[in-house]
Order: sequence, then structure tokens, then C-alpha cells
Amino acid sequence: MTLKTITLTVNDMVETVDVPQNMTLLQMIREKLSLTGTKNGCAAGECGACTVLMNGEPVNSCMVLAAECEGANITTVEGLAKAGKLSKLQDTIIQAGGVQCGFCTPGMLISATALLKRNPNPTDTEVRSAIVGNLCRCTGYVRIVDAIKMAAK
Amino acid sequence: MINPHPGLPELQYVKPATLQEASKFLADNAGVAKPYSGGTDSFVRLRDGVLKLDYLVDIKGLEGTKELSFDPQKGLTIGAAVTMNQVASHPDVLKHYPNLAEAAASVASYQLRNRATIVGNICNASPAGDTIGTCMLLDGVLKVHGVDGVREVPLNSFFLAPGRTVLKPGDVVIAVHLPVPPKGLVGTYKKLGRNRIGDLSIVGVAVLGYPTNESASGYRFRIALASVAPVPFESFKAEGVLSGKKITSELIDEAAVATMDSVTPIDDVRGSARYRKQMVKNLTREALTEVWTKLSK
Repeated sequence: MTLKTITLTVNDMVETVDVPQNMTLLQMIREKLSLTGTKNGCAAGECGACTVLMNGEPVNSCMVLAAECEGANITTVEGLAKAGKLSKLQDTIIQAGGVQCGFCTPGMLISATALLKRNPNPTDTEVRSAIVGNLCRCTGYVRIVDAIKMAAK
Repeated sequence: MINPHPGLPELQYVKPATLQEASKFLADNAGVAKPYSGGTDSFVRLRDGVLKLDYLVDIKGLEGTKELSFDPQKGLTIGAAVTMNQVASHPDVLKHYPNLAEAAASVASYQLRNRATIVGNICNASPAGDTIGTCMLLDGVLKVHGVDGVREVPLNSFFLAPGRTVLKPGDVVIAVHLPVPPKGLVGTYKKLGRNRIGDLSIVGVAVLGYPTNESASGYRFRIALASVAPVPFESFKAEGVLSGKKITSELIDEAAVATMDSVTPIDDVRGSARYRKQMVKNLTREALTEVWTKLSK
């Protein structure tokens, strides 16, 4: 299969990558760029472990072809901390005890970061609606919701 | 069965520059090439091996596919690459077609709705498609580019069977057009999933109503159903119940029963046929009551 060369921005770094045409954005992030914070869960767009920001909006990276990302601006969980300092949400999810096994956390952080950007002061229901596509099997969600509300303050 | 492997089968990604190029490529590769926008249905089916393709043909750059515009004389045009979230949050949609915004917002999760499209939902032709019934009730018409040029296909003659439509090889749906809604339109979409939000529908009921002199009751109601027949369909039988007499809660009950009698659901993992029938009755009654309460204010 012929490779396709794409140039895109990932976490503020311009990257040029040769990708197989059936490679997903998720595979490219993990296997070509070695950014393994973003997880592969269901590979069906249901669990949200692979959520990244694409041009500012959260998407399931398992459902996007790398080949179509020419010129795209991608933010993964590794891009949330700036200059070695965690984002406010990353801090509050630790404080609230919103991390147990941690597998859902990268996707959860991305979804919640996008929520707080479009709605800086969400209600409980708005928080829960925003993370409908991020499954967590450990926490029961309460502490995650708490963390997002704490970050909104 | 969900295949947890992140990879897709071998295929080529094709991005045509023009509609002519896209139609020609799709016609030349009939059966092994498919239009691609968000991929939220195709990817799952490709991974499961249900769908086998050599080419995904990206339509997102084609003329007219990104259009989302409202004209007070002509209505709403939703391009094939316009996402569910763009539709659900657009001020003109919220103002003139709030029932469509509600149906779009009921689909899966926020991040999936950033890729999923209304036109994709229609073309996938799943009996469970959440936005199809509402688009049908709003008299949606598809603008299709084929090898012989552009034609219009009304939604009420588009669906043939689960996953099957009247589209031919080489066809690319550019947009769905919804005419100006009737004056005083009130509508809603009631969806029953296994959980409160985010699931596929076990039953979906789209209802709209508006005042009109053309019926004896003074109102016209329309009812479309998801997940309870081979294709999304409109229950004319139940609508007839509501056209001849004064609207009362008893008449609404009667229409809900008529709706239930018009559906032919199947048993599957999400629910039994019997349960679906009961839920059609209950959700139709709930939707009609809600619409009627708002209309009669």
C-alpha cells in the first residue's frame, strides 16, 4: 500500500508523517508519534478513551483517518500541560480523586477541557452530557464530575 | 461483535476535487468504493468485516457539502459534511426547526456528533437513524450528484430496506434540503435507549404538529418512527385519527394505539418486539401530549 505524507500540528509541534492510508489518527498518534497517553479502547466510537481535540473540537481519534488530517491541529492529553505545569483540570482531577485505573482519564480530560472552553460554567447535567462518550468503569463518575466543576470555578 | 483492534482493513483514501470526479470514481469502482464523511458507521462495519471496501472517497471538500444555511423563503440546506453538532447548535435550526436540533442532539456522544452527519445518518438507512424521521416529517429532499448530473430525491421515496436506498453507483448526496416549516410548528423527538443518553434507539418517535384550516380538527399532526420497521416510516394511519375530530386526550390515546398497530418491530439485543410495541404507544402518547400542550396554549 502506498504511504501518504501528511503535515499537521500536534501539541503545537509541526509534524510530517508518512502514514498508511488505512491508519487511523489514533494509531498515528500512538505508533508514529509515540504519544501513548491517548488510549485505544473499543475502536468503535463508544468508549471515548481515544478522544483528542481536532481543530479545537473533541473527536474519537479511532474514527478518523490519519490521511485526512493534512493541516489539522491536534491536541492530545500530552498537550494539556504547559511548560511542565498541569492544567487546572488536571490538578482538580487529582485533588478530587477522579483517577483510579487511569485508562479513561486522557479522553475524559480532553472532553472536559473542550466543555469548559465552550461553556465555562456548566451545570451538573451539562457536565454529565459532555462526558456521555467517555466511559469510566472505576469511579462511578461522581468524582470526575466534581473535578470538572472544581476546575470551572 | 466489536473487534477491539484499532486498525482498519487495507484500503485507499481518495479525495476527489470535484463532484464530477467523485461520481466518476464511485461509478468506476462500484461496490468497492463508498462516499466518506465522518465514518462513524462505516468504520465500525469495516472493522467488523460486514463492509468490505477498497476505497473511501472523502466528500468533505466537495462543493456544497459544507453548506449550512437558512433562507426565509426557501428553507434550510444541510450539506453532507455538516456535523450533528453544527446542526444542533445553529441559531436558525434552533429557531425554526427545534425538533431537528433535539433529534440531532440525541445521537451518541458529543465527540461522535463532531464527526457524524445528518446526511450520513440518512444514507446509512438504518431503521434506527435518529434524525431520519424528523427530516421526513419536515419534507426533506436530497440533492444527489450522479454520473448524469444533479437530481432531487424526496426522503419519503428514498429508503428500500435496512441499509438499502435508491442511490446508484456514482451517486454522491450533496445536501438535504428542508422547506420552510409550517407556521406555528411544534415538534419533538422521543427516544428510548438502554441508558438515558447516548445509546442507539430501541424505539424513536418523532412528532410534529401545526395549526391548519385544512383539517377538521384544526391541526395537522405527523408521526414518524425509528427502530420499529425495516425502514424509518411515517404512520399515516395514526395521523388520520388526529385529523377528523376535536383533539382530546382520549383521541391522543387512540392515535397512540393506532401508531402501535402500524409498526412491525423485530426482537433483537436491544429489546423484544412486544416491548417495542408497548413503548411505541407510550412514547407516541407522551410526544403527542407534549406537542398538543404547546400548540393549544
